[in-house]
Amino acid sequence: MASSIRVRATSNGDITEVQALIQHPMDTGLVKNPAGELIPAHYIQQLKFEWNGKDVFVADWGTAVSKDPYVKFSFKGAKKGDELKISWTDNKGGSDTTTAKIA
Amino acid sequence: MTTTTRLHPTRRLILQGAASVALIGLGNLPFAAGPARAAANDKYPEEAFKQKNEADAIKALYGKTAEPSDKVKLDAPEIAENGGVVPVSVTTTLDKVTSISFLVAENPFALAASYKFVDGTIPAVANRLKMAKSTKLVAIVEADGKLYSAAKDVKVTVGGCGG
Repeated sequence: MASSIRVRATSNGDITEVQALIQHPMDTGLVKNPAGELIPAHYIQQLKFEWNGKDVFVADWGTAVSKDPYVKFSFKGAKKGDELKISWTDNKGGSDTTTAKIA
Repeated sequence: MTTTTRLHPTRRLILQGAASVALIGLGNLPFAAGPARAAANDKYPEEAFKQKNEADAIKALYGKTAEPSDKVKLDAPEIAENGGVVPVSVTTTLDKVTSISFLVAENPFALAASYKFVDGTIPAVANRLKMAKSTKLVAIVEADGKLYSAAKDVKVTVGGCGG
């Protein structure tokens, strides 16, 4: 299965800009399906970006984050070619991990 | 002979022990809040995400209240056509930022997202949020142990709850 995480990490001198797009339904648990049944909550709770053995950025998410979430941030210190590890876990115990090379 | 050789290492040990305790004690004092907070912060703040209103969510997440600051810049559209996907972002000129959170006042659960920052991570974040209806959007920045906020009203034409 293809990774649910798409990442673009670009180095601009000392600063690395990271954009991530994740495929996930982010169901709130408050919406009904066409048959009138509640769709159970299913959403990413934590998303971590790890570089050089430490978490440079951690996102805690609730159900109000849009479907197929997007997030952008920047950090200092990394070089081109460095690896960035991205992983998420959701409320149903699902998870995914990927690594991206900083370009 | 035996008593003297025994006595010395013991005494030295005790002295060393006392010295290192003193050192650790002193050394840790300024940083004591740091590691403890980092460890606590690593956990998913389940309770905060369960709070219905914004003030309770801030209290559950940070345990204190925020003061408005013009150093927190919250960027969001004035009118969002689709409440399911509203692009919002925060930047700040504040120093020592450890966390940035977004709260959507009119949502069933106010807290939408909370981000943790370390030294070297630029205190700015962009993401996309759901908004049930026209609402006040609040951004909280935690910097140097204090909370600062900015708010903006967003008009939502089609709510983001899918219903």
